[in-house]
Amino acid sequence: MASNTGAAGASGSPKKSSTGAKVVTITSGKGGVGKTTTTANVGVALARMNQRVVLIDADIGLRNLDIVMGLENRIVYDLVDVVEGRCKLRQAMIKHKILPELYLIPAAQTRDKTAVSPADMIKIADQLRPEFDFILIDCPAGIERGFRNAVAPADEVLIVTNPEVSAVRDADRIIGLLEAEGKGPAHLVLNRAKADMIKRGEMLSPSDVTDILAIKLIGIVPEDDSVVPSSNSGTPLAMLDASRAGQAYRNIARRLMGETVPFMPLEDNSGIFKRIGRLFGGQGG
Amino acid sequence: MPGFFESLFGKSNKTTSGSTAKERLQFILLHDRINLPPEKLEAMKAEILQVISKYVSVDDSGVDFALQNRERIPAIVANIPFTKPVEPPDPDDDLPPLGSSRKES
Ligand SMILES: Nc1ncnc2c1ncn2[C@@H]1O[C@H](COP(=O)(O)OP(=O)(O)O)[C@@H](O)[C@H]1O
Ligand SMILES: [Mg+2]
Repeated sequence: MASNTGAAGASGSPKKSSTGAKVVTITSGKGGVGKTTTTANVGVALARMNQRVVLIDADIGLRNLDIVMGLENRIVYDLVDVVEGRCKLRQAMIKHKILPELYLIPAAQTRDKTAVSPADMIKIADQLRPEFDFILIDCPAGIERGFRNAVAPADEVLIVTNPEVSAVRDADRIIGLLEAEGKGPAHLVLNRAKADMIKRGEMLSPSDVTDILAIKLIGIVPEDDSVVPSSNSGTPLAMLDASRAGQAYRNIARRLMGETVPFMPLEDNSGIFKRIGRLFGGQGG
Repeated sequence: MPGFFESLFGKSNKTTSGSTAKERLQFILLHDRINLPPEKLEAMKAEILQVISKYVSVDDSGVDFALQNRERIPAIVANIPFTKPVEPPDPDDDLPPLGSSRKES
């Protein structure tokens, strides 16, 4: 079994891409719109499609991606320990309980955003790139240092917003800042859309929001009552096959991988989302 | 009650809170993107009018400045009507008409 196992060993990481991982930063401006939920679910969805994924919680001082992922009691070292040289990068990477190619680098809880610099983030991302297909960075709210840290290494930026005036306003501010940094064009995740309210004209529709922001959608995630229990139990919805939000997150993951995935109707009997599906179906990824 | 029949058919675009949200957002973002305080904006309009008034007389009642968004790029569109042109001088007047110097010799 000499030469054969040699070959098998060499193909131990068959998905290794020549260009290295794509760094995707998930940001929003406003807090509480679903950045962490999106990072966790898209990460899980990518890992379920056999991508090698590492999630970085860049929300230093307010870490919670570990909780949503159900990994909080496995933390030994964090991002700031890596930056300050107290541990090797590998030691701060927590392996997911079920998905073998999914890792989390947690944020420090007792420090602030200035403990890390944009250059540190670029350095860490560059160290990870050869070994992964995707690096997802969960950005803190705001437009200050934490935001600049999180977008510094980004190849692609996802802006999460809700169909509400204040959330869309903050998304616009972020788009402007990204354009100024030459980080565009970003893609939009419209989270917490409610089909019935949109149908009644009581909520901004996906096309209202894309009209106003003039950027492309990469996902429409419905308001889903199973999101909170899934965070409670530390099992992102994208682990399961049943929920609609989970499905929406899996579609985002596929679009990130370059697939063209039609936008699903949010509600089976709602013509409006079928129309939207046709409108944006060709723009995936 | 405007919009009653429209809402009956689920097409009440004019009066719903969703369309109010869209209008408010468009207004807010326009001003965010221009990033000029209102008093500066007013000063700019006044100055534009002043410059134009140096050359032609302007019909103040018809002046209209509109701010617009064009794919994220804000623009100011001005409609500045001149006052009615003065009647051309009567050829019988003592004063030689403008542009008549050619014919003098
Ligand atoms: N699609 C959704 N449906 C229902 N609840 C959601 C959805 N997305 C996010 N939430 C809830 O909204 C809250 C804020 O989400 P989170 O991802 O922590 O936002 P952020 O990271 O932007 O601050 C959480 O309680 C989360 O469970
Ligand atoms: Mg968060």
